[in-house]
Amino acid sequence: MKALIIGCGRVGSSIALQLQREGWEVVVVDENEDALTRLGDHWPGAFLVGQGIDTDLLREAGIEEADAVIAATDGDNTNIVIGEVAQKRFDVKCVVVRVLDPARAEFYAARGMRIVCPTKTAIDGLAETIRSCAVPGVRTTA
Amino acid sequence: MYVVVAGGGKVGANVARSLLRLGHEVTLIEQRRDRFDRLEDEFEHQVQRGDATELFVLERAGLARPPDIVLALTGDDEDNMVICQLAKEKYGAPKVIARVNDPRNQAHFDLLGISPTVCATSSIMALVEHEVPEHDLIHLLELRKENLEIVEVQIDRDSPSAGKRVETLELPEGSRLISVMRNGQAEIAVGSTMLEAGDQVLAILEPGKEDELRRVLLRT
Repeated sequence: MKALIIGCGRVGSSIALQLQREGWEVVVVDENEDALTRLGDHWPGAFLVGQGIDTDLLREAGIEEADAVIAATDGDNTNIVIGEVAQKRFDVKCVVVRVLDPARAEFYAARGMRIVCPTKTAIDGLAETIRSCAVPGVRTTA
Repeated sequence: MYVVVAGGGKVGANVARSLLRLGHEVTLIEQRRDRFDRLEDEFEHQVQRGDATELFVLERAGLARPPDIVLALTGDDEDNMVICQLAKEKYGAPKVIARVNDPRNQAHFDLLGISPTVCATSSIMALVEHEVPEHDLIHLLELRKENLEIVEVQIDRDSPSAGKRVETLELPEGSRLISVMRNGQAEIAVGSTMLEAGDQVLAILEPGKEDELRRVLLRT
């Protein structure tokens, strides 16, 4: 199985390492070559420097044979466009897009894009934790 | 007409200014604080500060009305694509126009059905091509929606098509000759039209068939 990960920050690099340990062939793309250090000293996969919406670069990274594409750059809109291109131009079966803004996340999820929204997860998690605290005098409705 | 302009750089601010002068209602959206402060002096309540890809910013600018036109003119192509998608699909804006900053992203705009688009680099290149005489095939018009283009070629003495009737030419599939200009007179090209050296011929074709067309008309 081959995965293409665009954006090698905290999230992208961690997924890359995890998938690689699970036996995936992983190609990582980031616009900054320093990001490679996040993958440790012995990264066995490929690492390409460039813009994630550059079609030539995506081809070079093997998007045409990729089973999965993960868009995890620090730009919501960049991730959305990468997701659209991976889905519609390259027909990648599994495309996952990170979108921090819950409003845009909801809109694109409703259009059929697989979205992970860390902000929404944080909001829900925090709210849930607050509810589970027994704060005197505050009635919670779970 | 109500127009929302996203992006208050040179392009966006000038477009907004021109629209206001024509008497239209305009809301300009600019994210950067320094730019916004300058724009506010001139545009006052008609400029709003915020990220035009955020739904609440768009809604504050009246996207829900919706505007008659939304112009995505920021310096970031991904932002412009998302602004157009939100304007059209979420708010039902009847018309969007997008600026393409990097011509390599044109294909993405096309893929997402965002049209019309304006790209300064492509426009300049088209004009240059029109001026450079070595280019034997000149792009006159791109009909993006139809996926067709109109080109002009000049037939010269060595052209294989000189002295032949249009119906005898093996034109590539998906192409037609439109007209022939000779001695300042244009005529619609029909099957019996004879091509001659010096003719300026207009052709309509699917983009990508240029080389085939060039081979039939110009090269032996």
